Amino acid sequence: MADYSYTLLIILIPFFVFLLLGLFGNRWKPMVSGWIGTTGLGVAFILSLITAYQYFFAGAGEAYSKIVPYDFVWLSFTDTLQIHMGILLDPISVMMLVVVTTISLMSHWFSLGYMKGEVGFERYYSFLSLFTFSMLGLVVAPDLFQMFIFYELVGASSFLLIGFYYQKPSAVAAAKKAFIVTRFADFGFLVGILILAYFTNTYDFATLTKPGTTIFANAAGITFMGASAISWAMGLIFVGAAGKSAMFPFHIWLPDAMEGPTPVSALIHAATMVVAGVFTVARLFPVYYFQTPDVLILVGYVGGFTSLFAAVIAITQHDIKRVLAFSTLSQIGYMMVGLGVSHYGGEEGLGYMASMFHLFTHAMFKALLFLGAGSIIHAVHSNMMQDMGGLRKYMPVTHITFLVAALAISGIPPFSGFFSKDEILAAAFQTNKLLFYTEYITAGLTSFYIFRLYFNIFWGKDRKYEHTPHESPMVMKIPLIFLALAAAFVGFLPFHELVTSDMKPFETVTHWNLVIASVSIGVLGIGFAWFLFKKENSKPAAIAQWFGGLYTITYHKFYIDEIYLFVTKKILFNLVSRPIAWFDRHIIDGFMVGVGTVTVKTSDKIKGFQSGNLQQYAFAFVAGALIIVLSLLYYIG
Amino acid sequence: MSFLNLFVAVPVLTVLGIMFTKDLKGTRIVSAIGMGIQLILAVYLMVFYMSQAGVNNLHEIIFQSDSVWFPSLNIHYYVGVDGIASAMILLTAIVIFAGVFASWKVEFLPREFFISLIVLATGVFGFFISLDLFTMLLYYEIAVIPMYLLIGIWGSGPKEKSAMKLTLMLMAGSALLIAGLLGLYFNSSAEGGPLTFNLIEISKITIPITAQRLFFPLTFIGFGVLGALFPFHTWSPDGHASAPTAVSMLHAGVLMKLGAYGCFRIAIFLMPEAAHEMSWFFIILTATSVIYGAFGAIQQKDLKYINAYSSVSHVGLILFGLLMMNSTAIDGAIMQMISHGLMTALFFALIGMVYGRTHTRNVNEMGGLLKIIPFLGVMYILAGFASLGLPGFSGFVAEMTIFVGAFFHNDMFHRVATIIVVSSIVVTAVYVLRVVGIMLLGPVRHEEHLKLKDATWFEKVSTITLLVSMAGIGLYPLWLSDTILGSLQPIMEKITMYLH
Repeated sequence: MADYSYTLLIILIPFFVFLLLGLFGNRWKPMVSGWIGTTGLGVAFILSLITAYQYFFAGAGEAYSKIVPYDFVWLSFTDTLQIHMGILLDPISVMMLVVVTTISLMSHWFSLGYMKGEVGFERYYSFLSLFTFSMLGLVVAPDLFQMFIFYELVGASSFLLIGFYYQKPSAVAAAKKAFIVTRFADFGFLVGILILAYFTNTYDFATLTKPGTTIFANAAGITFMGASAISWAMGLIFVGAAGKSAMFPFHIWLPDAMEGPTPVSALIHAATMVVAGVFTVARLFPVYYFQTPDVLILVGYVGGFTSLFAAVIAITQHDIKRVLAFSTLSQIGYMMVGLGVSHYGGEEGLGYMASMFHLFTHAMFKALLFLGAGSIIHAVHSNMMQDMGGLRKYMPVTHITFLVAALAISGIPPFSGFFSKDEILAAAFQTNKLLFYTEYITAGLTSFYIFRLYFNIFWGKDRKYEHTPHESPMVMKIPLIFLALAAAFVGFLPFHELVTSDMKPFETVTHWNLVIASVSIGVLGIGFAWFLFKKENSKPAAIAQWFGGLYTITYHKFYIDEIYLFVTKKILFNLVSRPIAWFDRHIIDGFMVGVGTVTVKTSDKIKGFQSGNLQQYAFAFVAGALIIVLSLLYYIG
Repeated sequence: MSFLNLFVAVPVLTVLGIMFTKDLKGTRIVSAIGMGIQLILAVYLMVFYMSQAGVNNLHEIIFQSDSVWFPSLNIHYYVGVDGIASAMILLTAIVIFAGVFASWKVEFLPREFFISLIVLATGVFGFFISLDLFTMLLYYEIAVIPMYLLIGIWGSGPKEKSAMKLTLMLMAGSALLIAGLLGLYFNSSAEGGPLTFNLIEISKITIPITAQRLFFPLTFIGFGVLGALFPFHTWSPDGHASAPTAVSMLHAGVLMKLGAYGCFRIAIFLMPEAAHEMSWFFIILTATSVIYGAFGAIQQKDLKYINAYSSVSHVGLILFGLLMMNSTAIDGAIMQMISHGLMTALFFALIGMVYGRTHTRNVNEMGGLLKIIPFLGVMYILAGFASLGLPGFSGFVAEMTIFVGAFFHNDMFHRVATIIVVSSIVVTAVYVLRVVGIMLLGPVRHEEHLKLKDATWFEKVSTITLLVSMAGIGLYPLWLSDTILGSLQPIMEKITMYLH
């Protein structure tokens, strides 16, 4: 077996960079921090590529094995139930190492130009490293509890990065919202882990996901409210996953998270953290498939609903980053659908493979879209589509790379998104027609909203700009070009030989009728967008008018935020928290103070008895004695 | 003489030393040196214990020494520590060390202040090294009395009222406690032998169940008042709000843990059958504490009230873990004692430092302070993260261990109680981030705050000591948890005896 001990460095380098920049970053020039961060990530990136090469291509082409190059006990609960920390290499974690380090490196690099001159530049880079460390720790986790630990850390670093412009109230609010919503979902995750470990007495992924394992026998026959105990556990773990992946109804934090700097959106809120949920489901896929198929179906439907729902909202938004945010929701929905419709093993596991494939390609083209958006925002100093138009003349590199990404997400061959999306559709077609049609319609909506964005930014009417928009500097263009090449060509990677549900390669069959159908709806969407937005005209407004209230509701994201606000502010704050605070101060404390007051008052009253008046004492004595004697006589008699 | 007596001797010598100092500077230096030595001793004790336990795997009580004190009543001065007591001593030493540096700026009657503070700590150290119920009670009272003076004289706001409330409620707790301990004493001999206060001796017999039913609640509530058991927690918000910084640190950081430790070491350990019988009632109370404290904290405006309610919530979790009565949950509860002790001490230290600059503790009157006082701001955020149970800090480890341990009970009552308690992680995040958001982030609210100065060196010593300790447990918790689990073995044998 090959030696993989160097993979530890991939995880530790970002951590030490974080400590270094966090503790000493203010001692030197900001740019130094930027270069330290970028170089550190560069090393991690190269090591990840070496790992991937060694894992996938250096061996013979048979089944891949799970390799654990590093593992130690971090905390023990009992003699048998322990939290392990370590590194697990299998196809999906190796793939994720590549995805995370690639996108992180590109974001680091891009930020050298984008964030130049910002106050807190070194803080920014230390947080980026912290995030990368957390995300890498999450993907290599060999242990469910380690995954949970890094879930929390990822959430915290996301909080720090969304709130990077911490003097801006909207950024602070968005950061808080993201943290609290995902924390709520993590609460579900934690309870799920507790239930699962109670029955299986292990957190180890390899033990849990071994097909045909008997570890779940303890839970046999135990049901609660119509679902088995393991279904509850896995369902609750999916709640955690849905929180991180911003699936409906936890999606509300993601659009607001766009308050963070744009490279952060590209890294965290498009390519890596938000797919943590998909990764979690994939990591536990055999458990879902063999033990709780009911939950797996739920995964599929939640994904399907979110993808359609988000795509509809994306059509109406004007802030380009929010369009991309809703697009991300929609695409993650695809990945969930892929898992939800998949079977285990061989060609039947097409959905699993396609989902991972889509995760990979989506990371490339969505990060590219975000970095492109960053480049545009850098040039025109606005997020709003209304302030843009005709930019293709000023920003040729941004234009072309953005177009590549847009074609990729629309599923136009030969760009990468075509391959992965088409395979998800094929998998859905075999298993679940309802989900297939949902995703098919969503594919059309996707190409429409993304080209609405594209035409509005790069074509349409030339705006009056404060100063002429200019192309971004070289340091920002290189990541764009790199990612554009990736977005164009990674579709040709033979994923079915690399990342499969049972870690054995299989042959895919091309379903030409599906290919034609999916490409044509993509082209239809693009054509419709071209018709409406190529030149500025009154058609879009007229259509919006025609939809009337429906348009308004969609524009306001179906008022989900308002519903949340009502529940948290009105109900929890006013009907729970406020009464408790009042109750504590007035009833409980009032009672305690009351006891003291009564004591004081009583002693005040009875202190008169101790008057020193001998006759009074004698009277009380005689009267008392009489009462005692009389009552004794009464009882005896 | 046992090595352990040094833990009482060093503070006493420090107090004597302070009496002979002439000026403020001398007072500070003597206090700092004394408590520095104490900290070194505590670290040595912990390391020594761990090496002993590791080599022999015996987990016995070390440094035992027993001398008769009142022969007629068979009261002994009996000391000895296991891993749990060593950890509590280490906690106390860290907090008092940080507390001395946090009190650097006390200028009103400094000698008297430091003397009271260190006398208080002496009581706590004495409590943790003792194994004789009478001596423990004595030290406990030594710790409570200076509190009244410290709050009443050096406090702020309605300090006399708060001091009175706190002392009276704790004294009421003591009254129950004395009754409980006497009950143990008079039942301490099975076959008419001599009565004893010796904790280890008592643990070897089974107290009659009828006596347990009477004295367990007395002892548990008696210590529980100190541990802010709902509904006897109301001294805590007022007391902390009025107390000077170091007193809040010591009180929330250590004294409240002393209550929880007593609940565990005396009430549950000596009377497990009654504890098991009545646990359902106290589980309801503690689970209520956890959620109630957290929701209470959301509404508060005063930083110290927020932290006091947060402490009610976190300390409720300690008692909750203890009542689960299995080694995992108790291990978690003890780690939570240490973790919360460090964390809340850090919080109170920071609140004192912020208050010393802004002269307000009302969060709504602050804003954007991170920009102006970055060191204190970052420390506050880190303390907040620790409080909401972020991995990497001790709170996460302790809470998770409690949750996992509590989940070993598979009946519906325990399940529901546990899930309610687990849900506190969300509410905690809400109130922590609310304070951070209002106070530290956002735009600067008051022009005059722009002139504030960041932390001085002694403030850095104080806060960094606490933070590093928290991270030391949070990043690699195994040393602590294994020590505690080891020391729990003999205790668990006694506690789970009723099962056999």
